[in-house]
Amino acid sequence: MSKPAPKTKIAYVNARLIDPALNYDGPGEVLTDGELIAAVGKNLFDGKPPADAEVVDCAGSCVAPGLVDMRVQLREPGEEHKESLRSSGEAAVAGGVTTMVCLPNTNPVMDDEATLEFVARRARQNALAKVYAYGAVTKGLQGKELAEMGLLADSGAVGFTDATRAVADAQVMRRALQYAATFDLLIIQHPEEPTLATGVMNAGEMATRMGLSGIPREAEIIMLERDMRLVAMTGARYHAAHISTSDSVEIIARAKRQGLPVTCDTAPFYFALNELAAVDYRTFAKLSPPLRSEEDRQAIVEGLTSGVIDAIASDHAPQDQDSKRLPFPQAAFGGSGLETLLSVTLDLVHNGDLTLVEAIRRISEAPAALLGLDAGVLAKGKKADLVIFDPDRPWKVIADRFRSKSKNSPFDGRAVQGKALRTVIDGRVVYDILVQGKLDQGK
Amino acid sequence: MRDPAFPHRHLLGIEGLSPLEINHLLDLSERYVELNRGANKMSDALKGRTIVNLFFENSTRTRTSFELAAKRLGANVINMQVETSSVTKGETLIDTAVTLNAMHPDVLAVRHPDSGAVKLLADKVNCAVVNGGDGSHEHPTQALLDALTIRRRKGKLNGLLVAICGDVLHSRVARSNFLLLLTMGARVRIIAPRTLIPSQVERLGVEVFTDMTAGLKDVDIVMMLRVQNERMRGSFIPSVREYFRFFGLDRAKLAQAKPDALIMHPGPMNRGTEIDSDVADDFERSAIREQVEMGVAVRMAVLEVLAGNNAAHNAAHSAKGGRP
Repeated sequence: MSKPAPKTKIAYVNARLIDPALNYDGPGEVLTDGELIAAVGKNLFDGKPPADAEVVDCAGSCVAPGLVDMRVQLREPGEEHKESLRSSGEAAVAGGVTTMVCLPNTNPVMDDEATLEFVARRARQNALAKVYAYGAVTKGLQGKELAEMGLLADSGAVGFTDATRAVADAQVMRRALQYAATFDLLIIQHPEEPTLATGVMNAGEMATRMGLSGIPREAEIIMLERDMRLVAMTGARYHAAHISTSDSVEIIARAKRQGLPVTCDTAPFYFALNELAAVDYRTFAKLSPPLRSEEDRQAIVEGLTSGVIDAIASDHAPQDQDSKRLPFPQAAFGGSGLETLLSVTLDLVHNGDLTLVEAIRRISEAPAALLGLDAGVLAKGKKADLVIFDPDRPWKVIADRFRSKSKNSPFDGRAVQGKALRTVIDGRVVYDILVQGKLDQGK
Repeated sequence: MRDPAFPHRHLLGIEGLSPLEINHLLDLSERYVELNRGANKMSDALKGRTIVNLFFENSTRTRTSFELAAKRLGANVINMQVETSSVTKGETLIDTAVTLNAMHPDVLAVRHPDSGAVKLLADKVNCAVVNGGDGSHEHPTQALLDALTIRRRKGKLNGLLVAICGDVLHSRVARSNFLLLLTMGARVRIIAPRTLIPSQVERLGVEVFTDMTAGLKDVDIVMMLRVQNERMRGSFIPSVREYFRFFGLDRAKLAQAKPDALIMHPGPMNRGTEIDSDVADDFERSAIREQVEMGVAVRMAVLEVLAGNNAAHNAAHSAKGGRP
């Protein structure tokens, strides 16, 4: 980061440390010095923080590694009226996200080094949060010719995906995987057979009742099953984005048992909502993949509990009003997600489906490890990217108050529990609503 | 005061209506059947009111039926045919709502090619809205006119066995009809090739058949649906002749139904595609012309009730606004 680092040390005391890497959830302190974490642990200061440090009393709130959101659509360059690097950065840090990984479906597409480097430079100048980018698998996301994956990787692409489109042609996907394996690159697939996915919501009773064309769950299942064969054939590292059906969980579980280099994520939409959210033609609930049945939603929760699903990503897809205030069949797909990622993920904790450490792992350490990012870990010498949050604070999602330019959240109006209070990137406080406790100075 | 027997602001679909509400509309319609058959066909029930027919999709029959209904009630009628290019149709919808509000209509009759679009419009305008067909979703006045036709011929709806045959997947007529018939206690079968049956439709309470001979067995009513020609060229059905062979209504298949079974079709018919001319023109059994007649009566009843409720709504609204 180009901006000067703060000179002072900051001691975060009276905290509940959540450290997925050490599987630790308990009392502790963190000392940051400039951009870095200088110390972290229990009884670090023996009641006496260093005299040259600013002391922040967390009053029992959680301190965790800053969140890593591995699936964000930035819209810059090309669609800045929907979201810019600046607005998405503000949205990110308000949700405790310190690192965003963005999809290459910008305009122009990130299928060459120049665009990737442009975004990296703009991000350094304008984004509060750290930004990494995926490169395109195919030129122009057209699914035909391979993009320059090797050069893009050299320019900083952390993985490769055709964003919201599947690499549908089996021969192209086979070669993409073979080529990626050559350089040990990760391919991330939007697993959906496009010829089956011509509808606008989940196929089934709801779609039939509403007279809307359905996308059968088999569109996802078929693509995943095909891809598992191609992964077995090529040995490439493969990650399935936003899985949404019970069969998808089974397919990934089986592949993992077979030892295939396969991982997957899901988005809060798919474990917190089902197709009923689209009732009354609510276009904010028009998502890709579509919200599924309640049985599928429960299977996704179980996949998170069992660990088959490695990570949770917001799948942040900002859309402007004009794209959503349309008859359902014409409205754009996608939901805003950065500002609700933490809170909705904490639902899993409140419902007893995940421990707090496990929930935080899926949105920090796990995606960072998967992509090889130096993030998601609370350890001495690491960059001081932190989120301080109250896991229980109740609040209501009001999309109109989002910092994101786009307000298209299917969670609008939802009562949630858990909120980011302070977000720290490279030691600097970038978001802060923390009300400090009063330390007992006598002891 | 709103009509206590039908207190809804809009008629967007059959879904959610009670048997009493449906019967109330049908009873009102009966009165208009008598009026329409008399020499003086005019009523002044909607004198001074403005009805707008807003059609985003081509339609001659439904628009004419609404127009005639409104005129016979003494209302002023405006027909708006809005061209829908694929790029601008969404904008047009919201923009049109704003424009219409400035004209202070009492009732809008709206047809739109997208499911849910009429509801979206109803949320944005300050008058009553009747759905004249939205995408593959609902076409409630068609279901009401079909119900009226059946009730007059059979004396009841409860307990009848009705077969709905053809392109159920894309048909708003089919949805509104089976929702209404099931609500009124009829049994409904749908008969179509699997490519034209919506996913999990049996969960809505209909019985699914893929064989006309089995599906038509002992039915009281045979409702045929129009099959769009563009769906006949290999995407859903291999060909017209194959469709007619297996799913077209002819004398042989009709022989499975009850001897006094009624034949219905929402029009316009594709003779030789879904129905044999011989059957369509059978004066004894075909109710197709009668359906058109009932359409005007049903729309008169619906417009009268909605315009009345709208006036009550506006009165209540301005009373509230005028309170000190």
